[in-house]
Amino acid sequence: MKLVTAIVKPFKLDDVKQALHEMGVAGMTVSEVQGHGRQRGHTEVYRGAEYVVDFVPKVRLEVVVDDENAGRVVDAIIDAARTGQIGDGKVWTTTVDELVRIRTGERGPEAL
Amino acid sequence: MRLVTAIIKPFKLDDVKSALEAFGVHGLTVSEVNGYGRQKGHTEVYRGAEYTVDFVPKVRLEVVVADDDAADVVDVIVKSAATGQIGDGKVWSTPVDDLVRVRTGERGPDAL
Amino acid sequence: MHVDAGDTAWVLGSAALVLFMTPGLALFYGGMVRSKHVLAMMVQNLATIAVVSVVWAVLAYSLAFGPDAGGGFIGTLHLAGLAHPTAQVPGFNLSIPPLAFAAFQMMFAVITAALLTGAGADRMRFDGFLVFASVWVLVVYAPIAHWVFSPEGWLFKRGVLDFAGGNVVEIDSGASALALAFVLGRRRGWPRDVMAPHSLPLTVLGAGILWFGWFGFNAGSALAANGVAAQAFVSTQLAACTGLLGWLIVEKWRTGHATTLGAASGAVAGLVAITPAAGYVNAMAALLIGLLGGITGVLAVAVKFKFRYDDSLDVVGVHGACGVVGTLLLGLLAQSNVAGHGAGLHLLGEQALAVVVTIAWAFTLTFVIATVVQRTVGLRVSPEVELEGLDTAVHAESAYDFGNVRAGRIG
Repeated sequence: MKLVTAIVKPFKLDDVKQALHEMGVAGMTVSEVQGHGRQRGHTEVYRGAEYVVDFVPKVRLEVVVDDENAGRVVDAIIDAARTGQIGDGKVWTTTVDELVRIRTGERGPEAL
Repeated sequence: MRLVTAIIKPFKLDDVKSALEAFGVHGLTVSEVNGYGRQKGHTEVYRGAEYTVDFVPKVRLEVVVADDDAADVVDVIVKSAATGQIGDGKVWSTPVDDLVRVRTGERGPDAL
Repeated sequence: MHVDAGDTAWVLGSAALVLFMTPGLALFYGGMVRSKHVLAMMVQNLATIAVVSVVWAVLAYSLAFGPDAGGGFIGTLHLAGLAHPTAQVPGFNLSIPPLAFAAFQMMFAVITAALLTGAGADRMRFDGFLVFASVWVLVVYAPIAHWVFSPEGWLFKRGVLDFAGGNVVEIDSGASALALAFVLGRRRGWPRDVMAPHSLPLTVLGAGILWFGWFGFNAGSALAANGVAAQAFVSTQLAACTGLLGWLIVEKWRTGHATTLGAASGAVAGLVAITPAAGYVNAMAALLIGLLGGITGVLAVAVKFKFRYDDSLDVVGVHGACGVVGTLLLGLLAQSNVAGHGAGLHLLGEQALAVVVTIAWAFTLTFVIATVVQRTVGLRVSPEVELEGLDTAVHAESAYDFGNVRAGRIG
């Protein structure tokens, strides 16, 4: 099994969610994060005191899938999340050694 | 490629970010999390009702780097995040199987 | 004495308006600090209402407005405990019950002390500050109020004009805040670390309440429901408006952005500047005073970075500097039909004297009181407490819970 992690622009979450549902991926976890790559942040000014805020809001999406589907899932996320503008994000996969569904105790691919 | 994950004290984020930039790592993702190790939380009282809140705010920092850099990046983070006080956090790294830049479709080390 | 129903109603209502300014200040300041310190700022303001009101009733009212003890320096204890509540206030010929006057003035003492929480934001001990504030009201506020507001006071007798508290409230708090900032020292990490306001919506709400309450503060200081009150009301509004616009224009020119915090601060700066002058100047003069107040404010708040003192919420920059500007401009713009002999070099000289005396007294004595409190009860929290956050470390509370992870249990 693979953990697919994607950092995407927040307003793209809905498109990505849609694309994954169409593929049959039913569950995912999202969290609000901040990040930057080569994209710069912005400046804020309070009573003349300037602060440079480097981080930009992003959404992190995580989903565990089986090995055969991992590549297609990555591609689907990329197609749905891309705008072509700087700051689109990244997707990566890591190997999952163990997966358990808490409610039932199912392990491995049955827990997907 | 490796995913380096660090849980650090929030007020150390700026130091770690600067240290990573000096090392040559320009992109990262951060999120606000809550955690605890052996560090205890605190108590809150509302009209006489006492609540023990175990969790302490932390920042999770994630960055994907080349295999050769992983150990050094971990060191950089540890040195810049340490205060010597309980609750400083932990850093770990895991292998990344695949990495894609959403905007361009670049894969593997080109996407770093 | 003759008690006029309209005058009494207006002054009592104004007293309530001025009281409302202190919770308003709690919101104004609260929004400007970091979220881990917001509750501490608010409870310091709330508790200041409690402590100062009690000290006022028991002692400070008499020191400020009691019969003069000699030389126009301080009142006797004749009115301590709000005794003789039906006897005319010494030196005045009021058409309102003396208790109404005492209550109205109580709220002024409260907000002036509350302003000092802004100089000590994020690092002041709760107990230490309340001890400090109690002594401060007796030793700094009451004497200055006696000199300027009481007809038996020595500055009043020299012809110094202060309609609603340019000296007594604004310059007093500004100079005291400077001393307090010196004694407390800078916040950990200031000015390098980001200490941006955590909730400007709270600040704007607070500014609105201050603006609203200021009508009681200024127009109520006419101590009557009459034409002077109406003039003060209009002047107050016009100055707030040009203060806001003046700040925004200069801010946009200097930083490239007109900000929400700038608008809120500009309105307050205009209100501060008109406070000494409200009932003494005409509408067009009020426009000018407010404008110069706003411009002074936006420039003055940068000074603390140059001299590296952490006047965290700009009590010196907004209340002190704009109070001085308004007090001096009054010397040039006062109308003789309502204000002594009117504007001129003589009045300007007396206004300047009052400014200097107020600053010297307030700064010096506040420095002494704060130092004594710091060395006994303690005035600044420990570095660990400051880092963790005053809300959890001192008050065992956190301000916000957006449904995030806060797992815990009762007991």
